[in-house]
Amino acid sequence: MAKITFTMAKRIFKSLTGGPATRRYPAVPARRYDASRGHIEINIEDCIYCGLCSRHCPAHAIEVSKPERTWQIDRARCIICNSCAEACPKDCIYMSNVYHEPVTSPILIEKIQGPEPAPKPEKKE
Amino acid sequence: MGRRTVVPFGPQHPVLPEPIHLDLVIEDEKVIEAVPSIGYVHRGLEKLVETREYKDYVYIAERICGICSFIHSLAFCQGIETIMDVEVPERAHYLRTIWSEYSRMHSHLLWMGLFADAMGFENLFMEAWRIREQVLDAMEETTGGRVIQGSCKVGGVRKDISAGKLKEMSSDLDRISAEVTEMNHVFFDDSTVIHRTRGVGYLSKDDAYKLGACGPTARGCGVAIDIRETGYAAYPELDFKPVVENAGDCYSRCMVRAKEVVQSADLIQQAIAKIPDGDIDVKVRGNPDGEYFSRVEQPRGECIHYLKGNGTKYLVRERVRTPTLTNIPPLVKMLAGCEMADVPVIVLTIDPCIGCAER
Repeated sequence: MAKITFTMAKRIFKSLTGGPATRRYPAVPARRYDASRGHIEINIEDCIYCGLCSRHCPAHAIEVSKPERTWQIDRARCIICNSCAEACPKDCIYMSNVYHEPVTSPILIEKIQGPEPAPKPEKKE
Repeated sequence: MGRRTVVPFGPQHPVLPEPIHLDLVIEDEKVIEAVPSIGYVHRGLEKLVETREYKDYVYIAERICGICSFIHSLAFCQGIETIMDVEVPERAHYLRTIWSEYSRMHSHLLWMGLFADAMGFENLFMEAWRIREQVLDAMEETTGGRVIQGSCKVGGVRKDISAGKLKEMSSDLDRISAEVTEMNHVFFDDSTVIHRTRGVGYLSKDDAYKLGACGPTARGCGVAIDIRETGYAAYPELDFKPVVENAGDCYSRCMVRAKEVVQSADLIQQAIAKIPDGDIDVKVRGNPDGEYFSRVEQPRGECIHYLKGNGTKYLVRERVRTPTLTNIPPLVKMLAGCEMADVPVIVLTIDPCIGCAER
């Protein structure tokens, strides 16, 4: 009995002095690490629209159109596995360690329009 | 003989984390027979193997279960590596072992919390989950995911752990292990737990073996089956013996899991002490041609991945046999003759994971 009382007293003391085990999210931001997988982002300026990310996506969440120069991701389908970032030959897709913001719409398709291609330098004769 | 009534239990029930349905034939307050049925969360993940490249399917294999996720991907990768004769670096084997044991710790702590909750012991439930959070933090810091780690791949692992971090993990585990041991005293000695679990849901050693029980369900009945002893990943180099209890009731199944958490922490520390330097992956070229049964020990028991490839980048067939499926016949046996009020506790002691049983 004395042992149980001592264990309980230790626990109560820890709980009183140690603060809560949880945190008051969103007032206090969620704990995150450098390696945390939050959501996928792209530097569209560097993209060459090769479509490797789309081919390697296990959830078929990415669509790439070379003629239109667009890169599209369906956030609801994305399983945040980092497969596209690994497949990208230009390393322009990367994983952010911040979770995607909450949304109210059920449609979570993000279409990103790339810049116009730089004009080709004229051949010197 | 009293009047018999059929009481439906589940698929939606406060005590059940996942949907299993049981038709309980009861007489007065005694359960005479239990008829189980599953089929509420089928997702068709096995079929996807035909349309996804085998290297990308690792992500899907990992999502078969939301708790023992890493071990599913390990089983899949191991199978492909054996078919293709890929020699995985030693360091990758150790990292796989470390993450497997972390998965086991978090799964068992989750179960212990749920079990305490099923008994109505809310404080213990919160204590178990508070400790589990530290395990999840360690997994997120090293792999990037709290539960779905995504760190296993065909030919090795994706992420390395630095020497400093390994040292920190080892000392953290000392603390976690001490906290778990302190909490285990409540599970082992508290009169509330003993009243609710001792002598409840008895399964004899013979029945456990004949009905195909596996994992802690079998080990709680005195059957010393542990697939880790077959020696995959880095387990042959580690010193461990399966935890076996002989009573065969809910209390002994609980004891097996409670002791395994401490054992897992010890296994991780052993692996950290022995981990060699070197590469963490090898480049895998070509496509699998052949078939293999890959066996691993999950927190719930033995899991088998059957893989068959035909030389293309798409596998022909994948078949998963999960431990929950084999633990359902023993569950039915345990339920016969128990009190109606004990049903939630007994159902939880096999740690049902219907999501992975149905895939």
